[in-house]
Amino acid sequence: MRLLPPRGTVARRKMKERFFMGLMRASMAVVVISLLLILGVIIWKGLPAMKLSMITQTPKGGYYLGKEGGILNAIMGSLYLASGATLLAVIFSLPVVLYINLYTKKNSKIATFVRFSLDVLWGIPSIVFGAFGFLVMVFLGLRASLLAGTITVALLEFPIMSRAMDEVVRLVPQDLLDASYSLGATRLETALKVVVRQCLPGILTAVLIAFGRGIGDAASVLFTAGFTDRIPTSLFQPAATLPLAIFFQLGTPYPEVQQRAYASAAVLTVLILAISLVSRALVKRLARHRIK
Amino acid sequence: MQVNKLGGPIGVRKFKDLAARRMMLVLTFIPGFIVLLMLFGLFGKARPILAVKPIASLLFSSVWSPLKGQFGLWPFIMGTLWVTFVALILAAPVSLFTAVYLSEYAPRWIREFMKPIIDLLAGIPSVVYGVWGLLLIVPLVSKVLAPLFGVYSSGYSILAAGIVLAIMIFPTIIHVSIEVFASIPYQVREASYSLGATKYETVRHVVLRKGAQGILASVVLGLSRAFGETMAVLMVVGNIPKAPKSVFDGAATLPTLIANNYGEMMTIPQYDSALMLSALVLLLVVLFFNVLARFILTRVERRAE
Repeated sequence: MRLLPPRGTVARRKMKERFFMGLMRASMAVVVISLLLILGVIIWKGLPAMKLSMITQTPKGGYYLGKEGGILNAIMGSLYLASGATLLAVIFSLPVVLYINLYTKKNSKIATFVRFSLDVLWGIPSIVFGAFGFLVMVFLGLRASLLAGTITVALLEFPIMSRAMDEVVRLVPQDLLDASYSLGATRLETALKVVVRQCLPGILTAVLIAFGRGIGDAASVLFTAGFTDRIPTSLFQPAATLPLAIFFQLGTPYPEVQQRAYASAAVLTVLILAISLVSRALVKRLARHRIK
Repeated sequence: MQVNKLGGPIGVRKFKDLAARRMMLVLTFIPGFIVLLMLFGLFGKARPILAVKPIASLLFSSVWSPLKGQFGLWPFIMGTLWVTFVALILAAPVSLFTAVYLSEYAPRWIREFMKPIIDLLAGIPSVVYGVWGLLLIVPLVSKVLAPLFGVYSSGYSILAAGIVLAIMIFPTIIHVSIEVFASIPYQVREASYSLGATKYETVRHVVLRKGAQGILASVVLGLSRAFGETMAVLMVVGNIPKAPKSVFDGAATLPTLIANNYGEMMTIPQYDSALMLSALVLLLVVLFFNVLARFILTRVERRAE
């Protein structure tokens, strides 16, 4: 490191300090105000167009021309799709995370490689997942359907969930593991009965983060889930999703329908807010069972 | 713990453990495998068009007219670069200042207060960002910012997309750089204070210098987020397939090109191939940036340990 002589008088140096402080505070204000503006504008524009029928009915004939109906099809479609995808993602994430933290040595080559590839996967844009999901779908001989959308979104959620789980499982104290091994437990038993229980709050947060991502993502389901006015009753039917419903309603030239797009955006935002609140509450509640 | 429930003769338990170990090992290769599969899959689908047209003419031709069989990606590449650049210029200073404040200055309660805010910004779906951009930023650009510079703009512009994207990548840059700052040992700062440096001088000459590589990585990660963002950009950028000349022009980006045309791609020959090519280009660029950034971050992390 190069040593620098102090620049200027003490007063000047203190002024610099204050100026810098102001800049930083202003930057933080920009971040906070951005969020408030987003939530404020979405709720403020969305509420007037909100009617109960929006969330309790499926689109009736001519809905996209401004006639009666709601977006229940999209809400249910999104919930189905995100639930299925999250379930699939858990099935693949949990073993991967447990393996790199319990079965391999700390910072082993394989763990580093897996974390690296998860990070890379995490950075891939959802539209590329969409295009890839489309290829997989065609390869498997599927049509645009709930199943194809679920698989694509599961792929998208996989790295998000794994990395979030890894962050907590990584922090399990070695002593706790040693205690379990010394009682004669195998690694698998330790993983399932000690680590999973110890990390339950973190694991649930990871699951909910991924679930929220799954509900909100549009670009990946654009090619794969299709769109329909009905609530899907089987995995092979196309499914509407909330983000795409917003997008399509905005795309119509009718102001009433665009209003509904704002209302739908408010519904989606509230849903995401609720998921985030629930996950925070759950963490507080479950953290009581942790061994520190 | 109820020990007797651990269950079964030792042979069975060991076998279960071994089976689980093998199965999990196979699963750990999935993430890497998916990346490879994506590359090969997209390349396979892009091949038909690569076979009939030289890659240079596809990437650098500015004529996009699928009906005549002309698939020049240049306007979209330029659009993507402009939008990403604007987003980065706006987001990098704000995010880095915020990150420095949160990691070096802020009292605990501010840190606790900001955490959910940053998480929420990261969690808001891109469609909602798009709707918001449409409601607030597009009018802002057309009615306030463009007249300010004495130009006409419909508002659907690179600037609008850049502003929306900037906010979308705040969390990425803030999050990663806070982690980088946290990895710098506290003693280094104390050494600086003991030499009489002010807090600012310590941050400027010690923290920022030690964290320079990591900061670069955080910005690169933000960049690659912006590069691939689709829905929000799609809704505010105007979707004009022409290389832009100013930030007030409309444009189209590679992701929006794909999203906009998925419906027609099966009806026109080579169209799907051209779109898959643009997805491949997108993937390659993003992979490059991500691998670069993660490589730097792994090194930073290792140094800290």
